[in-house]
Amino acid sequence: MLNIDLINTYYGQIHALKDLSLHIEKEEIVALIGSNGAGKSTLLNTVSGVTPPRTGSIRFNKTEISRRSPEKIVAQGIVHVPEGRQLFGPLTVFENLELGAFLRFSRESRKDIEKDLRYVMELFPILKERREQKAGTLSGGEQQMLSIGRAIMGRPQLMLLDEPSLGLAPLVVIEIFNVIRKLQEDRTTILLVEQNARAALRIADRAYVLETGRITMEGNAKVLIEDEGVKKAYLGNDYREKRRRL
Amino acid sequence: MGIYEQILQFVLTGLTIGAIYALVALGFNIIHNATGIVNFVQCEFVTLGGMMMYTYYSLLGIPLILSFFLSMATIILLGALIERGPIRAARSKAIIVLVFITIGLSSTIRGTALLAWGPDNVPLPSFSGENVIRILGAAILPQHLWIFGITVGVVIFLQYFFHRTLIGKAMRATAVNRKAASLMGISVNRMVLLSFAMSGGIGAVGGMIIAPITTSSYDTGIMLALKGFSAAILGGYGNNAGAVAGGLILGVLESLGAGLISSKFKNAFAFLILLLVLFFKPTGLLGYGESERV
Repeated sequence: MLNIDLINTYYGQIHALKDLSLHIEKEEIVALIGSNGAGKSTLLNTVSGVTPPRTGSIRFNKTEISRRSPEKIVAQGIVHVPEGRQLFGPLTVFENLELGAFLRFSRESRKDIEKDLRYVMELFPILKERREQKAGTLSGGEQQMLSIGRAIMGRPQLMLLDEPSLGLAPLVVIEIFNVIRKLQEDRTTILLVEQNARAALRIADRAYVLETGRITMEGNAKVLIEDEGVKKAYLGNDYREKRRRL
Repeated sequence: MGIYEQILQFVLTGLTIGAIYALVALGFNIIHNATGIVNFVQCEFVTLGGMMMYTYYSLLGIPLILSFFLSMATIILLGALIERGPIRAARSKAIIVLVFITIGLSSTIRGTALLAWGPDNVPLPSFSGENVIRILGAAILPQHLWIFGITVGVVIFLQYFFHRTLIGKAMRATAVNRKAASLMGISVNRMVLLSFAMSGGIGAVGGMIIAPITTSSYDTGIMLALKGFSAAILGGYGNNAGAVAGGLILGVLESLGAGLISSKFKNAFAFLILLLVLFFKPTGLLGYGESERV
């Protein structure tokens, strides 16, 4: 469904992604793990058109999209849930969800959009209670739910999720990951970027390990989670570090 | 006329001129919210509103109401062209660069207007006669009612547009977070284009409805726009409710100051108020300060 072929992306002088290739098949959850600054968010920004690659190709359903603007890429069916949620704070929860479906209003009937609105409210019942509240007043977990809900309103074929668990309480993380699984059952393909490697590998079908802009490992998530190198670099350390911080 | 009638008179005329300031301030806000820049061409939107009305109505003999909408459409188009041309083509999108582009355009348009219409003030007829209306001892013209009514209409329209229509919500979203807006498929360029067109339309309306009272010339917009800018800052730059409040407050204070103290310092009052706001509450009356979340 998505084929990334030898892309190179730069942030000014910084060579952030180096000859990177990966592919995602329909209805997969693919996890992308790696430490801070490895280029995970850059990769999502590159796919969604925010920081286009300097060279290389990105094909989505066999169409080249690497030179297109973010707006055009959304229209193709790729929706990016960016790091830090990036909600429209002064707008209400309802307005945020509505804008998630921005492009659909001119093409689809209001009924279809309202159906998805109900679907999002079922996935995250708290959003229904808060629908007239300003998005900026929500708690961190609720904001993350709204950010994902807003993306669902775009009815994506492929959803790019950037650190959905960042800074959230463990129970909320479980709720979010359950929704990600539910989205897969409802036939959405997902590219998941996570620092919480263990949680990501548990729900993913396949995974890539990214280090300083290069893919260093790839494979079945169930296999990677048992891999000694991965354990040492991303699972074990992660845990020890967390405990030390506590 | 007793002192109370006088004060009422000053307040009423102050509210009328304040309504114009409010319109200009709204024009400044709309572009500021979409782009972060102060658009100096706002002055010319106001000027050209009056001058195009004069051209269509007095020179070409087109009926008043049609001239009104034709002028508005002309300035909307001008606003759109400015965005489509120099603003979008600018290599650097740095705020200071875009602001200087608008300063350059403003002077160019003013110079062209001087060449086209000459330096003299031209009159425009009131929309519906000159019969004085008496309200509790104060006297106002029908045009004052037009100014007030049309301003209220514009404010209601904007409120509806920004809070009830999808495009309006998309414009607010773009103002809050451009990156997120484009990730929703909202074209930021198109929103900026729309903001220039709307500001043009609103500025033109302000210029047209005040012209029958003050007459119109190639540079009437400058003072009105400076006052409108002060009103926007007084209310809290970027805040639309603040723009309306700031405009009305400024208009009334200026009119009271001119009437009760000295009309020589009429303009000084407005800028004195602006200075006081900048000294004591730089975010304006209804401003939130930096609204960006960190």
